[in-house]
Amino acid sequence: MAERILTAEQIEPLLEHWLEAEFTRHPMQPHAEAIAALALPDQSFILDWARRSAAVNIHVAHMFVREAPRLLAQMDHRTVEAWVLQALDEIDRGGMKAGLDVLRDPARFVRLGRERAVGAVFSDIAGVLRNFVRGLSGRALNFEQGSGECGAWTDTETLFLPPVIAGMESAQDNFLLAKAMATLLWAQTRFGTFHIDIAAACANHDNPGHALRAFLQLETLRLEAAIARDLQGLARDMQHLRKLAGAALLDPQWRQMQRQVSRIDATSEDSLALLAQACTLELPVPAPYQGELRPDSVASIMAARKEREKMLLRVKLAEIAEDAQREPQQPEQNTSAAKFELKESDIASAELPRHELLLDDNPVPLPDEVRDLLTSIQLDFGDIPPEYLTPAGPGEYDPNLYQPQEKDPDAVWGGTYHEDGAVLYPEWDFRRQHYRKNWCVMREKDVAPVHDDFVSGVLNRYAGLARQLRRTFEAMRDQDRVEKRQLDGDDLDFDALVEALGDAHAGRDMSDRLFTHLHRNERDIAVLFLVDMSGSTKGWINEVERAALLLLCEALESLGDRYAIYGFSGMTRKKCELFRIKRFDERYGDEVRARISGIRPQDYTRMGFAIRHATQLLSQIDARTRLLITLSDGKPDDYTDNYRGRYGIEDTRRALLEAARAGVRPFCITVDKEARDYLPHLYGAARYTIVDDVARLPFKVAGIYRRLTH
Amino acid sequence: MDVIAPQLANIDAEPFYQTIGDETALFDAAYRNRLPVLLKGPTGCGKTRFVEHMAWRLKRPLVTVACHDDLTAADLVGRYLIVGGQTVWMDGPLAAAVRAGAICYLDEIVEARKDTMVVIHPLADSRRVLPIEKRGELVRAPEGFMLVISYNPGYQSVLKELKQSTRQRFVALDFDYPAADIEAAIVVHETGVSLDMAGKLVKFAAMTRNLKGSGLDEGASTRLLVHAGILISSGIAPVAACRAAIAQAVTDEPEMLAAVQELSSSVF
Repeated sequence: MAERILTAEQIEPLLEHWLEAEFTRHPMQPHAEAIAALALPDQSFILDWARRSAAVNIHVAHMFVREAPRLLAQMDHRTVEAWVLQALDEIDRGGMKAGLDVLRDPARFVRLGRERAVGAVFSDIAGVLRNFVRGLSGRALNFEQGSGECGAWTDTETLFLPPVIAGMESAQDNFLLAKAMATLLWAQTRFGTFHIDIAAACANHDNPGHALRAFLQLETLRLEAAIARDLQGLARDMQHLRKLAGAALLDPQWRQMQRQVSRIDATSEDSLALLAQACTLELPVPAPYQGELRPDSVASIMAARKEREKMLLRVKLAEIAEDAQREPQQPEQNTSAAKFELKESDIASAELPRHELLLDDNPVPLPDEVRDLLTSIQLDFGDIPPEYLTPAGPGEYDPNLYQPQEKDPDAVWGGTYHEDGAVLYPEWDFRRQHYRKNWCVMREKDVAPVHDDFVSGVLNRYAGLARQLRRTFEAMRDQDRVEKRQLDGDDLDFDALVEALGDAHAGRDMSDRLFTHLHRNERDIAVLFLVDMSGSTKGWINEVERAALLLLCEALESLGDRYAIYGFSGMTRKKCELFRIKRFDERYGDEVRARISGIRPQDYTRMGFAIRHATQLLSQIDARTRLLITLSDGKPDDYTDNYRGRYGIEDTRRALLEAARAGVRPFCITVDKEARDYLPHLYGAARYTIVDDVARLPFKVAGIYRRLTH
Repeated sequence: MDVIAPQLANIDAEPFYQTIGDETALFDAAYRNRLPVLLKGPTGCGKTRFVEHMAWRLKRPLVTVACHDDLTAADLVGRYLIVGGQTVWMDGPLAAAVRAGAICYLDEIVEARKDTMVVIHPLADSRRVLPIEKRGELVRAPEGFMLVISYNPGYQSVLKELKQSTRQRFVALDFDYPAADIEAAIVVHETGVSLDMAGKLVKFAAMTRNLKGSGLDEGASTRLLVHAGILISSGIAPVAACRAAIAQAVTDEPEMLAAVQELSSSVF
């Protein structure tokens, strides 16, 4: 941008141009004057962001230009930039109104920003706390952000925390607060807060809401004692937080009740027994990490889970009983006659008791998922009810009860749009120089195999080429081999040694090449072929592309490199599809050939997500060299969203840069004669090939690969 | 004298080992009946220490080979060297152990290449012979010889697994982390920390083991607990000791590191 300070006269035309002032009729002069009055760094910053935001949304740019000079007096560049980005993100996510709400109230943004600066933001801490809670043991709990201004609560399967936790002064204390909240919620499930019917108990009182809060206070005291037994460090931190929040327990009657619920064998029943007394007293200041109780949510989740887990356990036990049968199965033999018993071990520690499973008095190995089930059931009931141990008989259970119904990915456009089973990818917006998060909704699908004579036709027509390719590629195979007569190596070459000693005996010079060296197979390549399946590849191109792929596969089989083939196509950002033709771990056979035959042109060429997903797939393969080869017939393109033109090209280029950074080498083979206009910008000068004559594609593709990897 | 034999070490002092189940009795029975033994279990749970202990008990020398995928058959059996213009045979560790009737321990055997592993087959069945083709010699193992191999089944990669033709020649003992009170006693013995501190270390280890499969490949092993205990005995604060000896040793991923650190600062 400008290296010199600009005057108002110089700024005004810039603003008028970017902000399309002739259409909106907003006078730019006062804004230009305000900006001209600033120092150079601030001026450059505002003008730069005015231009970038205007490329996305004129209204945003207007409000920015109006507010920014004033804001920069109170905030630094980073905060103002975060404000604009937040507005643009909100527009992406929730529409124009959401974005304008952010823009209209920069003060609120600043306040939230201050909270964000010292507060514990959910998205930042969720990963760490999720692992932390999982380490604490018990049922594998989910972690989610609660909505709006809620407290912290759990429904026994998910822990909900507020979006920002900023009750304390310092960032460190706020993180501790978040950790304490999470631990307390974990403890509620671990130590049986919900074993009793809380809603019913509170309904008996005159003021059920008050009773609920009193019960929560009692339970918090009980759980604090339980936590203190195993996690002394955390217990110390929690007392520290209590003091900071002015919530130290002082009242003698409450202290007495605390002693009672702090006994090692105290359960939620004991808290319940004290509830009547607690309700008559004034409630003390709650601990800052106390959160809230939602008994109704808990009740419905628990009921469903108990049902599901009972069925699951009994079905698993039936499977174990079947596996354990030694004698050949008689049709009348009833697996429910098998007798299961559980033996508890390791009762001394405060951990949940470990179990040993006995079938007809013989121990059987306990699979991990059964162990997790038993743990979960124990958390709900305190121990395992005996009727849970009868294995399920045939026809006794409905599998639908415990299999989640999978939504049909093809139903996306049939009126039931959903994002189940889809992966979300960002897209790069070159105008605002920032990613649009979670922008593309991508799904992997299979290509329907077509068993026709396409394959045999191709192999016939190109028989000569196929033979030649096979020979050439076989010669490229690298192998372990022993090189003889080396200057250095791991073993003696005896033939050479005998000759050398003979020479020495005869008075001649003795050779020093007396060793053998093991040459190890160095070729360690994995390649993913990304095939453009957009509608523009119909007709002749489609046929030629499929033939080229087929021959390529035949050649690659001789070579032994690991390879995968995926097709891609998209129609708007909500329907991005990647078609599996051959996965890395799949054998090349009739099924893959039939899929190649079944490739049909689809929609548009939205490339960014395809490259990003391919990079992910390749990153999971352990190989020294990873190649991503795109077979395309034209530029990036889509039906709408401005993906054609510069936007699409820039996003594709960005995705290729990301791939290169991830250690994947991209390369492009195209039949588009105009590719020289855009391919160098996308792939770099040396990383693409244009095949001028489409009919030559089958002949060229394998050769290109050979040159790439020799 | 045309064979160079490497020196074998005898174990003089008793290596501390806490018996958990019937592993000592089983090993003893296998030894007396000349059966080879396979030790399975995660890293750091006492397999090598157990072999040392049994070698001391049975009063045999112990030869240990750490297997890796450049290990050739010649590295195990032996090779010719040129000494003073003459070719002289030098025994590898396996041949030396066989000749001396020692215990030969091949640690992490799946790391070795498959064609190297089959070298041990004639030793691991009832023949108990080691053929040395380059010398045209058939070495018969005396009574005192025993073959022991170990591996970690948790690292099951497709490329590195134990073939049935190999594994079905062995008596297999399963090793795992000990129960909490036993593990605490081991930590006390090896490090000198108090029982209370050892109990907390074991509790912390149990939490990291809960994370196996959710981001950690393996939880903290007993060996790491001993390291942490040694640091604590030397005056390092417990949380710092856990960070250096345990957290940083089991993971590099920042979020997991932070979570493990939070767990240790909750326990101590």
